Amino acid sequence: MSVLVFAELEEGQVKKSSLEAVSYSLALGGEVSVIAFGTMDDSAIAELGKAGATKVLKVTDAKLAENNIMAYSSAVAEAMEKEGADFLVLAKSSLGDPISARVAIKVGAALGSNVVDLPDTSSGFKVKSSIYTGKAYAVSELKGDKKILVLKKNAAEIKEDGGAPAVEEFTPATKDEDFKAKVTSTDKATGDVLLPEADIVVSGGRGLKGPENWGMIEELAKELGAATGCSKPVSDMDWRPHHEHVGQTGIKVSPSLYIAVGISGAIQHLAGVNSSKYILVINKDPEAPFFKAADYGVVGDAFDVVPKLTEAIKAQRS
Amino acid sequence: MKILVCITHVPDTTSRIAFTDGNTKFDKNGIQFIIGPYDDYALARAVELKEQHGGSITAINVGEAETEPTIRKALAIGADEAIRVNAHPEDAIFVAKQIASVAKGGDYDLILMGRESIDFNGGQVHGMVGEILGIPSISPVMKLDIEGNTAKVTREIEGGKEYLEIEMPFIAGCQEPIAEWKIPNMRGIMSARTKPLNVIDPTGDNPMNVVEVFEMPPAKSGVKLVEPDNLEELVKLLKTEAKVI
Ligand SMILES: Cc1cc2nc3c(=O)[nH]c(=O)nc-3n(C[C@H](O)[C@H](O)[C@H](O)COP(=O)(O)OP(=O)(O)OC[C@H]3O[C@@H](n4cnc5c(N)ncnc54)[C@H](O)[C@@H]3O)c2cc1C
Repeated sequence: MSVLVFAELEEGQVKKSSLEAVSYSLALGGEVSVIAFGTMDDSAIAELGKAGATKVLKVTDAKLAENNIMAYSSAVAEAMEKEGADFLVLAKSSLGDPISARVAIKVGAALGSNVVDLPDTSSGFKVKSSIYTGKAYAVSELKGDKKILVLKKNAAEIKEDGGAPAVEEFTPATKDEDFKAKVTSTDKATGDVLLPEADIVVSGGRGLKGPENWGMIEELAKELGAATGCSKPVSDMDWRPHHEHVGQTGIKVSPSLYIAVGISGAIQHLAGVNSSKYILVINKDPEAPFFKAADYGVVGDAFDVVPKLTEAIKAQRS
Repeated sequence: MKILVCITHVPDTTSRIAFTDGNTKFDKNGIQFIIGPYDDYALARAVELKEQHGGSITAINVGEAETEPTIRKALAIGADEAIRVNAHPEDAIFVAKQIASVAKGGDYDLILMGRESIDFNGGQVHGMVGEILGIPSISPVMKLDIEGNTAKVTREIEGGKEYLEIEMPFIAGCQEPIAEWKIPNMRGIMSARTKPLNVIDPTGDNPMNVVEVFEMPPAKSGVKLVEPDNLEELVKLLKTEAKVI
């Protein structure tokens, strides 16, 4: 059995969610090949190997330097064919979703999305997916010889004991019709921990009163190596950028720890965070609904608690 | 400009989710169904584009007869006609094949839908329809403007935005702030009753992802409260009990 992983790079490094996809594929059994677009640091190749890849297909063709969903999909389908892969595994993301969809049609594969665990193969091939925005799971049978699995964050632990993979330059056959949509520019925060990738998320809500008060949220996040998030009204009022908006109509996160500060815990916000492993809520209202969904809670004023918590974490480190 | 808007019929965002029949069926008891919130953005933008550029809007839903009130709401908001493919929306591939089959005969300049449905959250139907039709699919789209035959589109990516230029026809999976949700007015509601809603049979395609059973996440065991002046205790719990920091 052979599995192809579509891995995403971020400043030359492999995204954590893609390393999870590699280790997930290793656990599926069989040979794991990886396809990645763009220039990759040597350390990134080593990491892919450690996570379980035995082969890395590097695509450095200048024509494919910019995100191009149609051309990437064609290349991934070609690589599956070339590697004799019956499985494609990838992390859910703004690239992973559309590529998985297009490749599913190209190769006639069954597709499982938001997969949270390894499949049950005792009879057939059954995957567990998060549905209703984290409120429930579905266990479904994937039919057909070829299968595509789109993983939710934390579906697998990243392994670190693999060896060095074989590296191969791969130049896919490009077609003109795959270049109909052109990326003209990109606007991206650099240096920040990306919200969907983060192991810890610190989110602020309307309880923080205004954008000028985000300094303490950022400091706590920095201390924890966390990403920052927010509730919908906060991004609606432009206190924070839209890509930080968490919930039913925003980003769905599943970090190890979600810290909610001054967020009431409306059902639409909870929908985006309820698959977090642990939830810590800081809110001055003991009746805030968020406490019912939380593992840890502090009833108190955020302006007092958050800086003190940052200090306590610092103190414990030293 | 001919626009096709794909709408899902999904439980209201405040719904408590439950299952019946040994966890094999969604429990519709007490559930209010709505146009998917992302599809609502797509529809609202379609109405604005029609106001600016003229043309017509067709709404399509893959669903059984129970979805008709939701489809009528789309007509009340501003679709000119609607198509219901008479079938249970089994999986993304099945739904995509139904939409693509309708789109093939319709010569649409633009196909809009939500970035994902809020029941299965796959976010894959637009990509699949695009692939079947051989046209680009872009999602999640935050801004979409049309000039002549070209569209300028803003797509959200992790940590930022991507700006694209693209010729019609193409497909977009929409999200906020592409447009404000529109609430149907009385005139819209009245006219929706007489607008055409054509029911057609599905293609013979089979689903490839078949749900066997649903599960609920384990209930939280209850919150551990820590006093605001004892945060060292909280740090200790996070470190030694949860082991997350
Ligand atoms: C279709 C639909 C989709 C939606 N999608 C989303 C979504 O994706 N994400 C989302 O977040 N919302 C979503 N919402 C909105 C949601 O219903 C809530 O309105 C929103 O989550 C509330 O945001 P909030 O908790 O920041 O604000 P509030 O509800 O105003 O809560 C503020 C909280 O801060 C606390 N507080 C105030 N001062 C302090 C202080 N000094 N210290 C500590 N705590 C303090 C208060 O006790 C309160 O609990 C959606 C709504 C609809 C209808």
